[in-house]
Amino acid sequence: MLLALAATALVVVALLWEAATPRVTEALERRRARRQIVSAPDYDPGRERRAEARARQLLKSCVNDEEWAMYRDLGFVRVWGMQAERPGGHDAASGTPYAYLIYPHKPILAYLPQTGRLLNEYCVAFPDQTRPYGSARLPDSDDVLAKWMALTGDERRLIATANLHLPGRQLDPRQVKRDLWRLRQWERERARGESREGEPRQAPAGQ
Amino acid sequence: MKFLRMKPGHGEVLIAEGDVELREDEQRLVEEFRRQLDAGMWAAVPLDGEGRRTAQLARTFAEVPRDAERVIFFPRAAGGR
Repeated sequence: MLLALAATALVVVALLWEAATPRVTEALERRRARRQIVSAPDYDPGRERRAEARARQLLKSCVNDEEWAMYRDLGFVRVWGMQAERPGGHDAASGTPYAYLIYPHKPILAYLPQTGRLLNEYCVAFPDQTRPYGSARLPDSDDVLAKWMALTGDERRLIATANLHLPGRQLDPRQVKRDLWRLRQWERERARGESREGEPRQAPAGQ
Repeated sequence: MKFLRMKPGHGEVLIAEGDVELREDEQRLVEEFRRQLDAGMWAAVPLDGEGRRTAQLARTFAEVPRDAERVIFFPRAAGGR
């Protein structure tokens, strides 16, 4: 009787062990995975700041004084369109001067400076797939410079590469209108400053 | 002539430098130029104009002006979202 009970108990324990083993193993592996240190490139804000400072110097050395001052003061650069007929322009306004606004890591925006009419958003990126520090994203000023070089160097090629969207998809049209207004004010102020510098200085009274 | 390459998390990096009038240097620059383009880079030469500055994209080393001081390599453009 005792022997039979012991044998039954042994069989039950063996069956339970069989059933529980996979669950126990799985739980142990999960615990080990949670505790494992995953090596990922650390985000270093100091490195990013240094990278951006270097990129700003490179941008400054490539664009002209006005474009650099515009980027420094307003956060974007305007580049005039060079094609005789603006991209996608087959209407009455075709042939009028057009320009682009370049923002860091945002679409390039084409617009008509005379009327302020927004034309298109050109979504383009310059991903570096080598991801040296875990990210494919260039510093802000490098992104602006890459767009500037591509636009002034081969406008058609860049526009053909970009994904075309109507204005308002990523850039808020109200914000862009504000930026265009800020640009006009900025240019007026700059022109005033230049004319003041060009004027002969008046001699102080009494001399 | 200097070859600079834009790099995420770093800014530009000097990858090659040489005098194009020296044959050995020129050969080294040509090879580096090809390597960068094969790695998916675009090459641009900043140009000084009268008041207006532009850039010239170069698809081969022969298109780089002989008197260019620097060539900037940056990742090829791709349609973004």
